[in-house]
Amino acid sequence: MTSSTSPAQHPASPLVSVAQVQKHFGAHHVLKDIDLEIARGEVVVIVGPSGSGKSTLCRCLNRLETITSGTITIDGVPLPAEGRALADLRAEVGMVFQSFNLFAHRTILDNVALAPHIVSKVPLKQARAEAVALLERVGIADKAERFPGELSGGQQQRAAIARALAMKPKLMLFDEPTSALDPEMVSEVLDVITSLADDGMTMVVVTHEMGFARRAADRVIFMDDGRVVEDTTPDEFFDNARSDRARAFLSKILAH
Amino acid sequence: MDFLAASAGPIAEALGTTILLAVAAGIGSIVLGTLITAARISPVPVLRWAAFGYVQFFVNVPLLVLLVLAVFALPDAGFLLPLTPTAIIVLTLYEAAYVAEAVRSGVNTVGKGEIEASRALGFTLGQTLRVLVIPQSLRAAIQPIGNVMIALTMNTALAAAVGVVELTSAANKLNLVEAQPILIFTAAGLIYMALALAIGLTAGRLEKKLRIRR
Ligand SMILES: Nc1ncnc2c1ncn2[C@@H]1O[C@H](COP(=O)(O)OP(=O)(O)O)[C@@H](O)[C@H]1O
Ligand SMILES: [Mg+2]
Repeated sequence: MTSSTSPAQHPASPLVSVAQVQKHFGAHHVLKDIDLEIARGEVVVIVGPSGSGKSTLCRCLNRLETITSGTITIDGVPLPAEGRALADLRAEVGMVFQSFNLFAHRTILDNVALAPHIVSKVPLKQARAEAVALLERVGIADKAERFPGELSGGQQQRAAIARALAMKPKLMLFDEPTSALDPEMVSEVLDVITSLADDGMTMVVVTHEMGFARRAADRVIFMDDGRVVEDTTPDEFFDNARSDRARAFLSKILAH
Repeated sequence: MDFLAASAGPIAEALGTTILLAVAAGIGSIVLGTLITAARISPVPVLRWAAFGYVQFFVNVPLLVLLVLAVFALPDAGFLLPLTPTAIIVLTLYEAAYVAEAVRSGVNTVGKGEIEASRALGFTLGQTLRVLVIPQSLRAAIQPIGNVMIALTMNTALAAAVGVVELTSAANKLNLVEAQPILIFTAAGLIYMALALAIGLTAGRLEKKLRIRR
């Protein structure tokens, strides 16, 4: 699960490299001049006001959204345009959504075992055994035979994390993984994400949980109006934000 | 009433034929109708048009016309099949269009986020259709598909018009001998009602068991 298992071409080279990326939705310019590099094992937290382009940036990294111009490379390989190569790339980049998005008609175990079996052709028995181990890791092995609708939000999100991990990704993307949760379930999910970070997983986490950002992030990126406005350490960001916009954002979000 | 008991044998046999028509064409039309829906939502334009054309054709041509054509025109064209298999094939092709419409109504219930999650996991479009969209659509469409199956069971009676000896045909033959139309056709009607009820209850059960809890 650590980055050392990936066939890194140049261990020192960045895992993710984003250069001069622009993204439009019609006439709406949503990502502006994005430049970004993420090293192996790095935990990058993205914060910023709603509508600033955080989700879109995340979704561009596994090409759920296409960019207008610029380049994105993952592990030295430019994002493939389509077909088999794109599916393979997506299999290497795990994504966790705000709304869990578990397959509602399959059990939790199937949710986790399905992609390795179908996408990576792992024999079903082995896929299931690995799924059980992952469910144990996120603390919901007892829910294996349940359906998503029978679980709490926190349990569903932990299952969704296990589902993404089952593909043995090089990179994990989390788009507001705790925003849809009742407050009492936030920490159980953040704990799982933190333990992944401790194990060396490279990840991008969009979140409004500032405590988590300070604790777990190697780097904080502040976005506003489609631009990366700050890109710095958590301590720098929280104690010494340079831009007015970041300070305004922080004072608003830390006020409550 | 005695003559009903006396002719129980032929009637049971005819009922067997009705059930054979309904079950065989039922399974066939569910499989074919599902494939048509898959084609209809596929990204390949030719498949989409073909599926659309298929549904439009069969929804807009009377079943009786199709049966008569198949039974009288196909042999002329060199296709020789016994009557009952011919009726099964026509019923399958015809009801598949309605099954396709029913399944398509279920497609809208498939979670957008779930489709996105499957893409993010590396599923190809075909895999997303097979593993996620079609199974969820079928589950959502159990009741409408059950209604198509009931309509199909009633439509098997049209096979009588082209010479298949199913329930309605047997009732008609019996009536020619006994001249008891009210009694005979009421009995036949009750049997059809019982079949419809059985299908409706089965659909209800399945729906309860397979319903997706979100
Ligand atoms: N599919 C879409 N079509 C059109 N506009 C979109 C779409 N997705 C996002 N946007 C717009 O792009 C901007 C950035 O959105 P998003 O990346 O979701 O922001 P954030 O995640 O930071 O709240 C917003 O103005 C939003 O309205
Ligand atoms: Mg967002």
